[in-house]
Amino acid sequence: MLPLALDQLTFSVGATTIINCISAKIEAGPRTIILGPNGAGKSVLMRLCHGLLEPTAGHIAWQGARNRDVRRRQAMVFQRPVMLRRSALANVVYGLQLAGKSRRESTLRAMDVLEVVGLEHQAGRPARVLSGGEQQRLALARAWALGPDVLFLDEPTANLDPASTQDIERIIQAIHASGTKIIMTTHNLGQARRLGDEILFISNGRLMEHTPIDRFFKEPVSSEAAAFIKGELPWH
Amino acid sequence: MTGLGEAFGAAWVLVTGLDPGLARIVLLSLQVSLSAAVAATLIGLPLGAAIAVERFPGRQLLIVLLNALMGLPPVVVGLLIYLLLSRAGPLGSLGILFTPEAMVIAQTVLIVPIIAALSRQTIEDAWREYSEQLRSLGARRLRAAWTLIWDTRFSLLTILLAGFGRAAAEVGAVMIVGGNIDGVTRVMTTTIALETSKGDLPLALGLGIVLIMLVIVLNALAALIREVAQRRYG
Amino acid sequence: MALSRRNVIAAAIAAFALLGLQGTAAAQKNFITVASTTSTEQSGLFKHLLPVFEKKTGTQVRVVALGTGQALDMARRGDADVVFVHDKPAEEKLLAEGFGVQRFDVMYNDFVLVGPKNDPARIAGSKDIVDAYKKIAAGGAPFASRGDRSGTHAAELRLWKDAGIDPNTGKGSWYRETGSGMGPTLNTASAMNAYAFTDRGTWLSFKNRGDLVIEVEGDKKLFNQYGVMLVNPAKHPHVKKELGQAFVDWMISPEGQLTIAAYKIGPDQLFFPNAKR
Repeated sequence: MLPLALDQLTFSVGATTIINCISAKIEAGPRTIILGPNGAGKSVLMRLCHGLLEPTAGHIAWQGARNRDVRRRQAMVFQRPVMLRRSALANVVYGLQLAGKSRRESTLRAMDVLEVVGLEHQAGRPARVLSGGEQQRLALARAWALGPDVLFLDEPTANLDPASTQDIERIIQAIHASGTKIIMTTHNLGQARRLGDEILFISNGRLMEHTPIDRFFKEPVSSEAAAFIKGELPWH
Repeated sequence: MTGLGEAFGAAWVLVTGLDPGLARIVLLSLQVSLSAAVAATLIGLPLGAAIAVERFPGRQLLIVLLNALMGLPPVVVGLLIYLLLSRAGPLGSLGILFTPEAMVIAQTVLIVPIIAALSRQTIEDAWREYSEQLRSLGARRLRAAWTLIWDTRFSLLTILLAGFGRAAAEVGAVMIVGGNIDGVTRVMTTTIALETSKGDLPLALGLGIVLIMLVIVLNALAALIREVAQRRYG
Repeated sequence: MALSRRNVIAAAIAAFALLGLQGTAAAQKNFITVASTTSTEQSGLFKHLLPVFEKKTGTQVRVVALGTGQALDMARRGDADVVFVHDKPAEEKLLAEGFGVQRFDVMYNDFVLVGPKNDPARIAGSKDIVDAYKKIAAGGAPFASRGDRSGTHAAELRLWKDAGIDPNTGKGSWYRETGSGMGPTLNTASAMNAYAFTDRGTWLSFKNRGDLVIEVEGDKKLFNQYGVMLVNPAKHPHVKKELGQAFVDWMISPEGQLTIAAYKIGPDQLFFPNAKR
C-alpha cells in the first residue's frame, strides 16, 4: 500500500497549529526516521499517518488501498506501551483476534513472535508485572504478530535503559528484515543513525528536510537541522 | 437512656445466640441486596461503559443526571416502585408487592445510578489510557468497552460493593415495597427501624452492629481479592 | 484460568441470591396480606396470635403494619386482603365507598396520656382527659402528636375538638407533630419530656420510656375499638376471598377471641375481645 503520500497535511487545535502544511512521499523499503526536537510535532504526525487523529486540512493517501484495509495493514508501538491486564500471551492473542484470527491460530502465531522477541518463558505471566523493557518487547511482538505492511514506532526506547534499548533495536531490525516498512520517531541521533535509512526532519510543525541519512548528517540543508545535530551530538 | 455498652452486649448475644429468626433476617438481607447488586451491575455496568466510550449529544447531561441520581432518596424510589407494583398500579397484575422480589427491584433501581456513574468514571479514565492502543489494534467501541470492563475489573468490584453497601443499608425503599412482614420481607434495616419504634434501642443498635460487621466482612473479602489479584496481574 | 474461576464465583453469588429468593417465594402459596396498624404489630399481639391461626389453617398471614390511614389506603388500592385497624369512623367511610365487605368489632383496649414525671400541667391521676387537654394547652406544656393520620392520631384530634381547642395554634411552640409512628413519637416525647397520647398496648411494650409515666387513664372517651373486614372482591377481584374471610371469621370466633385475651405482657392484658356474636 506504499508509497504513503502526505498532501499539505495540517493539524491544529484551536489557534495552535501543530502540523503545518506537510507534503511528503514515503516509499516502501527504506527505514524512515522522523526526527526533530521535543514539541516539533513528530508524534502527532505519526498519529495522523496511522489514522488515530484526523487532519484538519490536507490529505493522507495510501497507494491503492481502501480505507478498511489500511487499518489492518499497519500497526503502531507507543512510547509507553499499554499492557492489558492479562497474560503476555493473551496480550498478543487479543490483537490477533481483533484482526479476525481464530483462537487457535492466534495462539500459535503469538507463541512464535514471543519467541522471536525472547519472551517465550514469560508467556503466561501477567503483562503488567513485566519490566519496562519486557513490556516494550511485548508491545513489539503484539504489533508484529499482526504482520503489518507498515509499523509505526513512537520513541520506542525513550524510557528504557541501554540494554533494553539494544534488545528493542535488534527486534526492529528483524521486523524490517522480514519486509515490514519501519516508520519511527526518535530524538536520539545515535539511534537514528543505527536504525534509519532516511530522515524526515520536523521543526515547529514544518517539514524541514527529507533526505537520506548520510546526507542529513554530513550536509544538513536547513539551519534548524544543523543546530539540532550540533546541539544533540555531544550528548549521544 | 441506655448506653452503647448495652448495644454491644445485645450485638454479642445476637451473634453468639445464633437465633434462627435473626439468621433468617440476615440471610434475606444478604439475598435481597446481593441480588440487587448483581442485577444493578448487569444494567449499570454496560450503561456506564457505553457512556464512557461513546460520544453523543446530551452525553454531559446524562452524566450529570446519573451523578445526581446517586443521591436518590430511598423513600422516593420505594414510593415509585410501590405505585408501579400496587394492584391499582400499571404492574399490579404481577402481584409481587410485599415480596422479596419487589425489594430487589426497588434496591436495583436505587443503585443502578451508583454503579453506572462510578463505573463510567473508572472506565472513562481507563479509556483515556487505552484508547489509542485499542484503536490502533482495530478494536471497535463495543469491543473496547468490554476490554476496559475486564481490565478495570478489580476497581469495578469495589463499585459493586459500594452499590451492595448502599442497598444493604437503606431502609426507606424496602420498608415501603416490602412492608416489613415478619418472616417474609423483614430484613436487617427494617428490623432495626421496628425495634427503634418499639423503644428497644440497645437491640436496634445491636442489630446495627451486626449489619455493619457483615458489611465489613464482605468488604474485607473484596479488598483481599483485589489485593491478591492486583499483585498477580499488576 | 482466572476467567473461569471468576465466573464460577460470580455464578455462585448470583445463584445464592436468586435461587434463595425463589425458594422463599415458592414455599408459601397459601397466604393473605393483612393491612394493620403499628400498635397491634409493635405490641407483639401478632407474634402471639398468628402462629395459632397459621397452625390451624395452614394459611400464612403477612402483616403490613402502617398507620390506620395508610392501612385503609392500602385496602383502597387493593394491596391487602384484610384490614385490621382502629378508627371506626374511617373504617365506616371505607365501607361506604364500597372497598370493604362487612366490618366486625374484634377487641378494644384503651388510650392513655403519658407525660413526664414532674408533670408541668398538673394532671396526674385525673380521669378527665378533656380537662387534661385544656390544662396542657393553657400551660403550653410540650405535647408530641403522631400527626400521621393514624387511628391514634384521629382519636387524639377528636379529643382536642371536644376540648374546644385547635392544637394547630400551638404549632411551633408546645404542639409538636412528629409525623411518624407511635414508637418514634414516644421516643420523641421521652427525649423532650413531652406529653403524648398513645394506645396502652404500644405503651406497655415500649422500652425507652425515660421519665415518662401514665398521667391520665380510665376516661370512657379513651376507649379504643379495633375492627376487622375483608377487602371487597367486587372492587379488587384478586382479593383472596375465602382465605381472607376465614381469617376474619377466626378472629371473631371463640377461639380467636380467647387467644387475644390470653396475650399479656407481665401481668397486664393488652387487648380485650368484644366481638358481637
